[in-house]
Amino acid sequence: MLSGRQVKQPATLRALVYSARFRGIVYQVAVVVGVLALGWYLVHNTLANLAARGIATGFGFMGQEAGFDIGEGLIAYSAADTYLRALVVGVLNTLKVAVLGIALASLLGLVVGIARLSRNWLVARLATFYVETVRNVPLLLQLFVWYGIVTALPGPRQALDLGLGVFISNRGLKVPVPEWHDSYWPVLVLLAAAFIGLFVLRRWAINRLYRTGRPFPWLSVGLAGLVVLPWLGLVLVGAPLVWSIPELKGFNFQGGADLSPEFAALLAGLTVYTASFIAEIVRSGILAVPHGQTEAALSLGLSRAKTLRLVVLPQALRVIVPPLTSQYLNLLKNSSLAVAIGYPDLVSVANTAINQTGQAVEGVALTMAVFLVISLALSLLMNWYNAKVALVSR
Amino acid sequence: MKAFKACAIAAALAVTSMPAWAGPTVDAVKAKGFVQCGVNLGLYGFSAPDDKGNWSGLDVDACRAVAAALFGDASKVKYTPLSAQQRLPALQSGEIDLLARNTTWTLSRDTANGLNFTVTNYYDGQGFMVPTKLGVKAAKDLNGATVCVLPGTTTEQNLADWFRANKMTYKPVVIEKNEELASAFIAGRCDVYTSDASQLAAIRANEMPNPADYVILPELISKEPLAVAVRHGDDQWLDVVRWSLYAMIAAEEKGVTMANVDQMAASSPDPEIKRLLGVTAGNGKALGLDEAWAKTIIKQVGNYGESFDRNVGQGSKLKIARGQNALYTQGGLMYAPPFK
Repeated sequence: MLSGRQVKQPATLRALVYSARFRGIVYQVAVVVGVLALGWYLVHNTLANLAARGIATGFGFMGQEAGFDIGEGLIAYSAADTYLRALVVGVLNTLKVAVLGIALASLLGLVVGIARLSRNWLVARLATFYVETVRNVPLLLQLFVWYGIVTALPGPRQALDLGLGVFISNRGLKVPVPEWHDSYWPVLVLLAAAFIGLFVLRRWAINRLYRTGRPFPWLSVGLAGLVVLPWLGLVLVGAPLVWSIPELKGFNFQGGADLSPEFAALLAGLTVYTASFIAEIVRSGILAVPHGQTEAALSLGLSRAKTLRLVVLPQALRVIVPPLTSQYLNLLKNSSLAVAIGYPDLVSVANTAINQTGQAVEGVALTMAVFLVISLALSLLMNWYNAKVALVSR
Repeated sequence: MKAFKACAIAAALAVTSMPAWAGPTVDAVKAKGFVQCGVNLGLYGFSAPDDKGNWSGLDVDACRAVAAALFGDASKVKYTPLSAQQRLPALQSGEIDLLARNTTWTLSRDTANGLNFTVTNYYDGQGFMVPTKLGVKAAKDLNGATVCVLPGTTTEQNLADWFRANKMTYKPVVIEKNEELASAFIAGRCDVYTSDASQLAAIRANEMPNPADYVILPELISKEPLAVAVRHGDDQWLDVVRWSLYAMIAAEEKGVTMANVDQMAASSPDPEIKRLLGVTAGNGKALGLDEAWAKTIIKQVGNYGESFDRNVGQGSKLKIARGQNALYTQGGLMYAPPFK
């Protein structure tokens, strides 16, 4: 007995009751049943109470005309469209700010994280000051500050003219954009080809480096292709490039593309706030790489920049990626603070829809479901990336 | 068998002994000793707390009138400040007993959202406020403008409807909080601020650094009957709230004021005033209230005209004219059914 060896017992009820495995199963089943029963009760109770008060339920409202306008969006939308389309505009706006925010916050965070470890006293202190100030002030307040800054710019009639048709005012940043013409399709195809070419070139260059030891400046060549090829396409097509230039008409600028103050403030707020956390994650990741690695790389004759890029950062990524995922998810969820400064994200659009239709339960459930799906997808992507950068033992 | 019979009789009694109008709200409110009233987060003239936390306003007076009718004490109210989005769920869920929060009476709210509207205590309409320096004279000049608007109200939809109907375009800036929206407007983020005209007057008087720099355009683009609402399914409570508010209107029509109500009750020969003030009994019993319910309302809250003047009219900073909110005898829409 003392050896802990299992003794075979007859399958009686008594034995079953004393079996740890059986009891474990019973507890688990009980918990699952309990949770399901609670869930069923909550749903049933809500539906019963809604019905008792004569409040309509269901998602039927999604097909009705929304009847309200949205300030900006990635797809065409008017008040005559459905609630469904309005919500899609909101989801896309959320994605737009989240994707750009994640990209910019990562870049800024990386730079600041490295700067905190700099041997330059001033650079390191400035980075520390930034991190400690920004991450200790609530994001909502920071958003109000950013929004205050962008709306304190002069009005459209006194807009700052930056030349080349670029204007800054409290209505946002206006830039000229090429007007679309159907003959431009080949240009887009060439642009896509240049992108794919960039990645093919990179593969080839790395392969060659391993094979022959001779490096190839793939990045500069690739970027040059990215710029030159579309222009070449334009010349080939022979279509003149027509620019839509912002012009002050009536109350505001017409034409061109714009970056709204709400979007700019939200993007700046989310980026600067999240980057302060990412900087600390990057710093901890770099510090987790033994100093011997740096010394070894330097003694091999690698420059400091190359040591960082080729030796330290790849190993640091193993430590960085898991907490980085949490920061990305935080940024996505924090984007719902948009409602405070008037950026029409999903929460803002859903709020309006809820109030017009009175379908609060459905609207909130829908918003939660969308955030959950986006978060899980982001999580999945980051886990895949984490597995990719994880230490592979051979 | 005996037990079954007893049960059947008990069940029959339980059903038949319930009066047709009985509702749980009046009893629940009486039991807890105060009226839980949903009001605006802070809209000067309608419902706003002062620096000591005392609420006042036209909507607040509606809450106070109901408390006066029920308890004989207008101060027995607890206020729940609500945002535009919170207000309907708060009433639906039973968090509040009545909603006096400048809420527009619409068909969908009256039906699908499970509300019953009692009395319109302010007839409003959506208007536009613009900086004087823009030189805009009429709403039709607003094509291409950027418009500041609060979310979650009929305002957003009216705005879209009106611009669509007039084949004009605009850009909305939708911000949830009154103060943030007002500061965006002051900073010049928008050319136009749209809201109910009463709110525009309140915002101009209170939030703008210099009220004279802003003009409220003459056009109103919507009908906004702001009414006090209760939940579906409780007729007695509906009656109490409705007649408490009508009592204030009827009192104004009959010239009964805070100052003269006692004297009127003692000596007025007018049978309508006698019925209103409970000198001739009957109305109180019908509502399940004390016979002096209406007299208490007028004594503690005042008649509708007094409440209007004190909160939004000439006696206030807003100085809004009576307009549609005058008595029907003076060309307005305020009209109380007979108290008999």
